[in-house]
Amino acid sequence: MQDVKTFRPKIVAFCCNWCSYAGADLAGTNRLNYPADVKIIRVPCSCRVNPMFILRAFQRGADGVILCGCHPGDCHYSTGNYYARRRMTLLFSMLDYLGIEKERTRVEWVSAAEGAKFAATMNEFVETVRQLGPNKRLEDLRCKK
Amino acid sequence: MQEVMLEKAKELLQSGAVDRVLGWKAGEFAYDITPCVFASAQELEAGFVYNDFCGNNLSKYLIKESRKGGKVLAFLKPCDTYSFNQLIKEHRIVRENVLVVGVPCQGMTDGETLKAKGVKGILGIKTEGEDFVINTLYGDRTMAKKDALPERCLSCKSKKHVVYDELLGQEGDKLDSGRFDLVNKLEAMDPEERFAFWRGELSRCIRCNACRNVCPACSCEKCVFDNDASGVAQKAAADSFEENMFHIIRAFHVAGRCTDCGECSRVCPQNIPLHLLNRKFIKDINTLYGDYQAGEDTVSRAPLTNFTEGDAEPSIVTKGGKKA
Repeated sequence: MQDVKTFRPKIVAFCCNWCSYAGADLAGTNRLNYPADVKIIRVPCSCRVNPMFILRAFQRGADGVILCGCHPGDCHYSTGNYYARRRMTLLFSMLDYLGIEKERTRVEWVSAAEGAKFAATMNEFVETVRQLGPNKRLEDLRCKK
Repeated sequence: MQEVMLEKAKELLQSGAVDRVLGWKAGEFAYDITPCVFASAQELEAGFVYNDFCGNNLSKYLIKESRKGGKVLAFLKPCDTYSFNQLIKEHRIVRENVLVVGVPCQGMTDGETLKAKGVKGILGIKTEGEDFVINTLYGDRTMAKKDALPERCLSCKSKKHVVYDELLGQEGDKLDSGRFDLVNKLEAMDPEERFAFWRGELSRCIRCNACRNVCPACSCEKCVFDNDASGVAQKAAADSFEENMFHIIRAFHVAGRCTDCGECSRVCPQNIPLHLLNRKFIKDINTLYGDYQAGEDTVSRAPLTNFTEGDAEPSIVTKGGKKA
């Protein structure tokens, strides 16, 4: 069992191709620091993220999952993030209902110009999950090495 | 009511108005009633029943029955009509091929519920006012309905038929019977207790898929859980993650389409209160996106295929604040 000081969470960040992935890029080119624990998965739109993706990420060992997309109203496909917003609200509410820590999941809207926001969000999210410790309630023992 | 329905069915069959009748048939025991399609007056005479055990929601069977050609007569209880409407909305049932006859329902009990209350050797049941008179091997037994009904019927949302071509009996009303009370109770627990509660319930799941198969909303021809590569196709080597995932995804896939008929909980051989998961979604949808009852009409847009610019942000769940 790792203690809070040495524990390094695994974070999966689903980033939409048009805003947040570019925002992450901007954070990089601006030399902004954010933890290497964040693994970015690029998706065409935040709406592409099926509830199963989030659960699968937890199954395969993620300690926290964050979904980043364009700000509502700025979606490249006009309306994708509005649907994602409803879906994720309901999914997170259900996780909470089942007693699974709701702090492990998050949705943030990050535009392509918000490199600083991306870095700040990731720093803060990783710290939150680090305080929570390893994901125990939604883990799959068969996926543990 | 059974005689009236039988007469009606025979009359419509004879006149050629319908070719088949979808109803309920007696099973091996008095309480295991099964849905059945009758094609003739003789078959109806031999097997047709309608009593306080006829809890099965017949709407899902109409997906296939309405596509076989010919017209089918379907007896639907109030909560079945909601599912029927929802399936019409999703273009699953061919409406012209179905003649819907609404039948009244005062709450349906089932063998499991009665056995849990200590009733043994059930031979038959009838309603007398507010009581069930249950005929058993050990004599008649009278039970108040409020003690002998499953939770889904105690918190019945409506006795009103939302769609019918003909109605037998009186038109009912929508009810406000506190169907979210149990959800509220769970929400009021702290997360540790809730986790323990759901672990206790969901860990009994044997992945028999009965909840999926019976659900009128779960009618995809190809189901995500039938994929052998998904790792959830069978119980073998499953662990707690899969139980959680199966039930979250099952409930999520019907979110906004679930009419809250409670069939999932009725068929569960492990008595897991699955309808409480669906009700959580219904409650969230009602509080966040405005009251919505799936199946009430055939034109409204489902909440998950709709949005408004001012929708709540997911952070109201993940960061606390004003709880939905």
